[in-house]
Amino acid sequence: MIGFLLKRILLLIPTFIGITIVSFGFVRVLPGDPVLLMAGERGISEERYAALLSEFGYDRPIWQQYLEYLNNLVHGDFGNSLVTKQPVLSEFFTLFPATVELAFCAIILAIFIGIPAGIIAATKRGTFIDQSIMGTALVGYSMPIFWWGLLLIIVFSGTLGWTPVSGRISLLYFFEQKTGFMLIDSLLSGQKGAFGSAVQHLILPTIVLATIPLAVIARQTRSAMLEVLGEDYVRTARAKGLASRRVVGVHALRNAMIPVITVIGLSVGTLLAGAILTETIFSWPGIGKWMIDSISRRDYPVVQSGLLLIAAIIMIVNLLVDITYGLINPRIRHQ
Amino acid sequence: MGLLDIQNLSVDFQTAGGLFRAVDGVDIQCERGEILSIVGESGSGKSVSMLAMMGLLPWTAKINADKMVFDGKDLTKISKRERRKIIGKDMAMIFQEPISSLNPCFTVGFQLGESLKLHLGMNRAERKKRSIELLELVGIPAPETRLSAFPHQLSGGMNQRVMIAMALSGDPKLLIADEPTTALDVTIQAQILDLLVSLQKEKEMALILITHDMGVVAETAERVQVQYAGQRVEEQHVTGLFTDPHHPYTSALLNALPERAVGRKLPSIPGVVPGQYDRPTGCLFAPRCAHVQDDCHGNVTRQSAELGNALCNHPLNAKVTA
Repeated sequence: MIGFLLKRILLLIPTFIGITIVSFGFVRVLPGDPVLLMAGERGISEERYAALLSEFGYDRPIWQQYLEYLNNLVHGDFGNSLVTKQPVLSEFFTLFPATVELAFCAIILAIFIGIPAGIIAATKRGTFIDQSIMGTALVGYSMPIFWWGLLLIIVFSGTLGWTPVSGRISLLYFFEQKTGFMLIDSLLSGQKGAFGSAVQHLILPTIVLATIPLAVIARQTRSAMLEVLGEDYVRTARAKGLASRRVVGVHALRNAMIPVITVIGLSVGTLLAGAILTETIFSWPGIGKWMIDSISRRDYPVVQSGLLLIAAIIMIVNLLVDITYGLINPRIRHQ
Repeated sequence: MGLLDIQNLSVDFQTAGGLFRAVDGVDIQCERGEILSIVGESGSGKSVSMLAMMGLLPWTAKINADKMVFDGKDLTKISKRERRKIIGKDMAMIFQEPISSLNPCFTVGFQLGESLKLHLGMNRAERKKRSIELLELVGIPAPETRLSAFPHQLSGGMNQRVMIAMALSGDPKLLIADEPTTALDVTIQAQILDLLVSLQKEKEMALILITHDMGVVAETAERVQVQYAGQRVEEQHVTGLFTDPHHPYTSALLNALPERAVGRKLPSIPGVVPGQYDRPTGCLFAPRCAHVQDDCHGNVTRQSAELGNALCNHPLNAKVTA
C-alpha cells in the first residue's frame, strides 16, 4: 500500500509540469494582453505600452518567461495578481473555503439522496417507482443549470420569500472569518441567528450544484446494482437465509460501490474546481467566479497559477479516490 | 416420513415470448441421510426445481406444487421470513462456480461468521472458534490464517471447500449440491466428491447431488432421478439404473459414456432438449428417441416402480428382452 502511494505521488510530478505548460500557454494564446485591457477604451501611447510590458516582463521571449515562472513556483512564489497586486496564493486561500463549503454540501446531498434512490430503483426494477426515479434523474441531468438556479430563486426567494437571493450570509452579521467556512465561523462568532442565516444562504446553491451529480450518482448506482444483483454471490447470500435488506445493503452494495465511487470522485473534482455557473448565479465568492473574472482581465499570473492550484486539487482528489478503491475492493489492494 | 416430499412441482418463467415451463410436474422424495442424485442435460430443470424449493428464483418465476414439505414444514404455506429461518440452516445449497459464488469484497471469515451469527446467534469469539472447526472439517490447511483471506486469494477447490463449510455451518438436514464439481479440475473433482460423501455419512444428512455427469452419479449416489426437459423420466437405485435402464433417454445417456463406448465413434443423442417454441406434444423425448413409435405422440403413461417410474409408453426392460 505504501509503495503504491509513493508511486502515485511520484507520478504527480510529470503531470504537474505538463499542467504548468498548458496553463502558462493557455492565457497567452488568448487575444489581447493585460496592459491593453488595463488601458481600457482611451488607448495608450506606444512608449507607455512598451514600458509597461517590459515592467511586467512580458516583452521577453516566451521560454524565458516560462522558465522564470517555473523557477518562482519551485521557490513557492505563485506570482501576484496584476489587478489587485495581491499574491495569487493568498487570494486563492481566501476564496477556496467558500467553494469547498458549497461543494461539500452539494456532494453530501447528492450522495445521500442519489445512492438510496439508485438502490431503490434497482431493487424495484421495471416498476413505476423505478421509472419515476430514473425519469426524474434524467430531467435533473438534462436541465440547464443557470435556468434551474434562476427558477429556484424566483420561486423560493421571490414568490415565497423563504431563502435569500445571493451571498453567503445576511449583512446584519459581521464577524472575523477565522476558518473561511461560513458555517463554522458563524457558529464561532456566537452571534444569534448567524448560523441560521448561513444555512439559509447555502440551501439553494447546494440544491442547484447537487442536481447533476445527484442524477449521475443515482443512475450509476442503479446500473451497478442491477449488474451485481445478478451475480452468483448474491444468490449465495440469499441461500444463507439473509434478509433481503442485508443481501442488498451489504453483499450487493459493497460491490456496486466500486464504479459509483469513480463517479463521485470525478464530481468532487469538478465541484472543487469551482462551480462557475452556480457561483455566478448566487454571487458566491468562490474560485470559479474568481477564475472567470481573471480570464476576462487577462490577469496572467492569476490564471496560470489558479489553474495549477485547481489541477493540484483534482489530482489529490483522484489519489484519494484510488485509495478508497483499495479499501473497498480487496482485489485492487492485493495486486 | 421422508425428509423432503415434493409432488407435482411446476415452474414457469414469464418471458417476452410467453410462459416458459422449466419444470413440469416433477416429484422429488428424499429420505433422511440419503444420497439422491438428479441427472439430466443442461436445461432439464434440475437446478430450477431445487432453487424453487430454496426460494431463490427471481419473481418472474411462477411456482406451483401440490405438495412441498421439508422436515414437516409445508414450504408452499410459510412466509418468506419463516423460510429464511430454514434455508441456510436446515437446508443448505452449494453451487457450480465456487469462485463467483463467494463475495469478492468480504473475507472467508466474515462470510462464514455471517451464517453462524444469523442462525445460531453466536458471539464473535464463538464464531471464530466454530469457523476454524468448520474449515478444518472440510480439509482446509491452516484454517486460522484462511479466515482473513479473500476468495480471490484461494483456488477454486479451496473456494468450494469454503462454500461447503458455509453450508454446513447450521448443521443442515439436507445439503443440495448443484453441480459442485463442474467448474473444477478433474483431480480436485474427486476430492470434493469424496469430501461431500464422507461429510454426508458423518453428519447423517441427506444429500441431493445435481449433476450431468454419469461418472459422478455412479461413484456417489444411492438413488438416481433422471430429468428431461423439466420432467422426471425415470427413478431407480443406482445399480439398477446402470444395469437395467428403463427409459430410452437414460439408456441413451449411458450409451454416450466414453467408458461404455464399443465402436470407434462415441454414440451421442441426436438433437437438443426442446425449448420454449419447439415443445412436442406427447412424449418430450420422442423426436430424439431411437425406439419411438406412433403412440408416443399422444398420451404418455407413467410406469410402475418396478420399471423405474419411467415416463414412457414402451419402457426398455433388460429382464424381458434377455
